[in-house]
Amino acid sequence: MAKELKFSASHEWAELDGKTAVIGVTDYAAELMGDIVFVELPAVGSRIKAGATFANIESVKAVSEVFSPVTGIVTAVNLSLNDSPELINRDAFAAYLIKADVEALEDGLMTESEYNKLKH
Amino acid sequence: MKKTVLYDRLAELGGKFVEFGGFFMPVQFLGILGEHRAVRSGVGIFDVSHMGEFLLEGENAEKEINYLFTNDFSKMPAGKVRYTLMCNTDGGIVDDLLVYKVNDAKYYLVVNASNIDKDREHILTNLKYGSKFTDLSDKISMIAVQGPLAAALTGEIFGKLPEGFYTFIFSKFAGHDVVVSRTGYTGEDGFEIYSENALTVDILNELLKFNDKYNTALAGLGSRDTLRLESAMPLYGHEMNAETLATELGLDAYIKIGKADFVGKAALTSKKPKYRRIGLKITDKGIAREGCKVLNGSEEIGHVTSGTMSPTLGYSVAMARVGVDSDTSDIYVDVRGRPLKAEAVAMPFYKR
Repeated sequence: MAKELKFSASHEWAELDGKTAVIGVTDYAAELMGDIVFVELPAVGSRIKAGATFANIESVKAVSEVFSPVTGIVTAVNLSLNDSPELINRDAFAAYLIKADVEALEDGLMTESEYNKLKH
Repeated sequence: MKKTVLYDRLAELGGKFVEFGGFFMPVQFLGILGEHRAVRSGVGIFDVSHMGEFLLEGENAEKEINYLFTNDFSKMPAGKVRYTLMCNTDGGIVDDLLVYKVNDAKYYLVVNASNIDKDREHILTNLKYGSKFTDLSDKISMIAVQGPLAAALTGEIFGKLPEGFYTFIFSKFAGHDVVVSRTGYTGEDGFEIYSENALTVDILNELLKFNDKYNTALAGLGSRDTLRLESAMPLYGHEMNAETLATELGLDAYIKIGKADFVGKAALTSKKPKYRRIGLKITDKGIAREGCKVLNGSEEIGHVTSGTMSPTLGYSVAMARVGVDSDTSDIYVDVRGRPLKAEAVAMPFYKR
């Protein structure tokens, strides 16, 4: 089954592969946040809920909540963000935040071209 | 909302603007961290035209400012700049400001943008010795050039510079008078250039001509805040406001309680401070921002007034307002329900 990239209106991306997802924030969100200095991630095994906050990203400017595009269970977190949170500024699509087992998707997730229209 | 005279030019140069103190001000250009580092290691240029400038003149001007402000100006030489607080009769802080002495009968006052109207009102109400007060805020703009290379860059434009920190000289730009002072809000060497509005864009453009030579960064309010925080400089509306007793900030060096009567003296003499300002190093990962509760063990002792990641030090720092007698041996800061371990440390956090 092919991987599928989806976007939320709150600027998260989810790469869906069957019942699993890799989740991060978009480059557009990273640019809005500015220099990122800390990332607060959930614990592996914790439940995340579509549309609810699952992580906080601290930039020099402010803290930003990250909303989950899926409901499910966190199976992995990107530990390299602990020491190098700036990876998100460098390439927000490579610097995922978490991996999750997916039970349901958030309503209204968009394709890449739909998302690109939204952000402009 | 007001725009400074540099707004259009700075927008063209990539500034991202936010509202601050009644003005649209650039919060950043290329990025706060880069701008911060440029000021610590090279030179950065800031638009600080939002600041307010007042003129106080008259044969009793010295008596007047000694009555209006908490610091002592009686032995101040001409050409000096002095930091002071201005209190209300309850000992609360109306504003913190810089006083520039031109001569015994002429002083410039530089106040916070958000307080211009309030300060003008307060000063006019408390004038006692017949001085003439003029609000120049709408006529004067200001550029700050800050960092170890600030003297070299500013010298390219003005030649002679004020030599001592917290001194100023009158200089010329295109035949017009400008004030160049060796002051700033970054903890680095630096200059602030006061000019009539019509000159300010040209001064900026002159400074920018040396971009390649000095690798100059245009800098915004974001790095101004991280820079002043590392240097533990208080910011009105955060570390202090009208309810903050002036003696609760560790700024007693600027409060000359023994001098003749001044606005707030009676209250500051009789009231005991209930709080004190402390510096925190956050030893866990995260940022303690304004409003976060400060705990010692499980006891709440106060709150954070400003906090940031310190780009120079590589960890988070904060200033906090805590009970004057609080134990600070086991500090935690509550960040969204997560307790971050912290240590009370001496201020400033960074010293050049």
